[in-house]
Amino acid sequence: MRKMIEGSRAVAEAVALCRPEVISAYPITPQTHIVEELSQIVADGELDCEYVRVESEHSAASVCLGAVAAGSRAYSATTSQGMLLMVEVLYNIAGMRLPLVITGVNRAISAPLNIWNDQQDTMAIRDTGWLQLYGENNQEVLDMHLQAYKISEDDRVLLPVMVCMDGFILTHTYETVDVPTQAEADAFLPPYKPLYYLDPKDPYTLGAYAGPELYQEVRYVIQRDCLASKEVVKEVARDFKAAFGRWYGDVIDTYRADDAEMLFIAMGSVIGTMRDWVDAKRAAGEKVGLIKLRCYRPFPAEELVEAVSGAKRVVVLEKAVSMGGYGIVTVELQAALYGQKRQPAVHGVVLGLGGRDVTMETLDEAKQRAEAGEPYFWAGMRSEVLEEA
Amino acid sequence: MSERPRRKPPLGIVTRPGSSLRNKTGPWGILRPVFDWEKCSGCNTCETICPEGCIRHLEKKQYEADPEYCKGCGLCAAVCPREAITMSEEHR
Amino acid sequence: MSTTQFTYEGTRGFYPGHRACAGCGQATAVRLVMEVAGPNVVVANATGCLEVFSTPHPESAWGVPWIHSLFENHPAVASGLEAALKKQGRLEHTRVLCFGGDGATLDIGFGALSGMFERNHDVLYVCMDNEAYMNTGVQRSGSTPFAASTTTSPAGKRSFGEDRPKKDLPSIAAAHGIPYVATTSMALFADVKRKAKRALETRGAKYIQIHVPCPPGWGYDDKLSIDIGKLAVECGLYPLVEWENGEVVRVRKIKQVPVEEYLKTQRRFRHLFRGDDGKAQIAEIQALADANVKKFGLVD
Repeated sequence: MRKMIEGSRAVAEAVALCRPEVISAYPITPQTHIVEELSQIVADGELDCEYVRVESEHSAASVCLGAVAAGSRAYSATTSQGMLLMVEVLYNIAGMRLPLVITGVNRAISAPLNIWNDQQDTMAIRDTGWLQLYGENNQEVLDMHLQAYKISEDDRVLLPVMVCMDGFILTHTYETVDVPTQAEADAFLPPYKPLYYLDPKDPYTLGAYAGPELYQEVRYVIQRDCLASKEVVKEVARDFKAAFGRWYGDVIDTYRADDAEMLFIAMGSVIGTMRDWVDAKRAAGEKVGLIKLRCYRPFPAEELVEAVSGAKRVVVLEKAVSMGGYGIVTVELQAALYGQKRQPAVHGVVLGLGGRDVTMETLDEAKQRAEAGEPYFWAGMRSEVLEEA
Repeated sequence: MSERPRRKPPLGIVTRPGSSLRNKTGPWGILRPVFDWEKCSGCNTCETICPEGCIRHLEKKQYEADPEYCKGCGLCAAVCPREAITMSEEHR
Repeated sequence: MSTTQFTYEGTRGFYPGHRACAGCGQATAVRLVMEVAGPNVVVANATGCLEVFSTPHPESAWGVPWIHSLFENHPAVASGLEAALKKQGRLEHTRVLCFGGDGATLDIGFGALSGMFERNHDVLYVCMDNEAYMNTGVQRSGSTPFAASTTTSPAGKRSFGEDRPKKDLPSIAAAHGIPYVATTSMALFADVKRKAKRALETRGAKYIQIHVPCPPGWGYDDKLSIDIGKLAVECGLYPLVEWENGEVVRVRKIKQVPVEEYLKTQRRFRHLFRGDDGKAQIAEIQALADANVKKFGLVD
């Protein structure tokens, strides 16, 4: 059913369609509307689940961990500081191979305190073993939640999935979305059938410690399965298209990239702006194109290498920074290109931090400075502010 | 889509109950309890208090400790109200 | 002596072959609780002695479903287990237990514990109180008693050991108004079993704190765990109290022996008996015991 609702509401409705049995919620801007909408849905009897109002994000993730270990589908959402607070639990959930979906509302990290959008938070957890999918608009984010559970619970994966959506830009924006019916959702996403769970009828011990003679192999298997989950991400995207007719690319998507001389790569809502910008450049005769990185973990190295190989120059736009180091996605792309026959010049650009708007002008600046040869730079800076520094 | 057969849990995730039994802690101890069945009152305190849970009685007042797991801590001898248990090295 | 093979399979919640120290108070305490709890339970366990000595993969001493996650989130994990079982309709027959040491309970897991109590999840929380971070090498915790020497509050030329009194977690638990709170001691096994049974007859959040003597951590010969545990109770330093819905309903009366009888048995207090310097601390400890006696009416 098509309706004009806030992004957060779209997520809440998608999650409700997935029939979680336990939801844990701790509020943090700009995730709050998601958990509020879900609590209203539960309060009105539209979703039969246990809604646990926890006392911290560390506990929010832990409640989900316990619930999944007991055999129930679970859900939570968080952002920024909350995501960092639950980091050790995120490692734990992935390490214990428990399927789970959490909405990662992308927001800047303190200090200084900032509640607006960037992607530093989910970049900070890229090593945890969680799969990460980035949505461009509210429809895609809605659909991603159904896909995410299906991917996560697949016994070839058994890794948790974070659905990343830009805070405020998507969560607090009203867009028209097509919400599946419960029957359609049920047909696409059957009930969770755990491979192992806590039951006195068949007792297990979960979370035993592993000594030096075992730990490395266990971690190896996680990495192996995480990399292999790329195929399941693609499979589920195809299944979703077959069921609902909507397609966003599987691990990447491209726009006017085939004959592009200069390619721009980004994740999340900025892709929407970039599509318009690419059209404007093309209209002016510039051969630019864009690649939307939809699945960041596992990193789709082969797909990206193939997509960029025809271009002369690739510009990776990042709403994050690795302090003291280089770019994040930029460096991973460079690693994927290492030793390849065709190597475009790769540039990394930091932009859009702390809710700094990424405009057509910002994108122009990124293009010009990359063409001038700058390998790694920050765009959209306010020089008058920097002068005071 | 046909159902694939389900896989087994990934490496290192699931541990079977009671698998600690393969770890014989008997060699830890120097002392072993010797039970004087004549003095025993059948109060069952030794069996209850043993941290290993390796004391049993097959008949009433006929208690024994499993040498495979007994660590020789001496708690059973210390709590026995009839002093019917002595810790001894004679088994070695 | 019988030569029949001992059999353990399928008989219990906690098996031999675990790697606890000889004479470990926790091992006995766990066995007592699991005997009362029976097979229809799921257990969430914090990182600590109990978790480490019972589950080195691929060995597990647990005969019931059991999960260990992190050091401080076990009350939240237990909350999640409870919520899931409730939603699945299994909570009627499958009870949730949560084990943690004093460090996990009083310090690092305090927030999550309070949250679980505040939401009144149907979970029995059992704190194994050996009064320090024993698993990592006897470092002090909020539960370490006044003047005890630990590896991070050692007695030294300028120090008499731990300079803060024991955090009164049972009172804090009771202040949440949860249905049942109790303190007990592994040295009084009938008391442990009675309180575990009482707790499991109740729905809602329950807290039991079990004093578990620790031979290497406190510094005494393995076989004295019971004697020392009894002294702790009898001198008034470890009052055995039960609260229901925030009110004290029962205490265990004692004859009250001087605290010195208890303190002199353990290496962690031995520094108090060298010369005159320790006398002031011993007097303070006696005052703490007397305060307990007065507060709870421990002596007739």
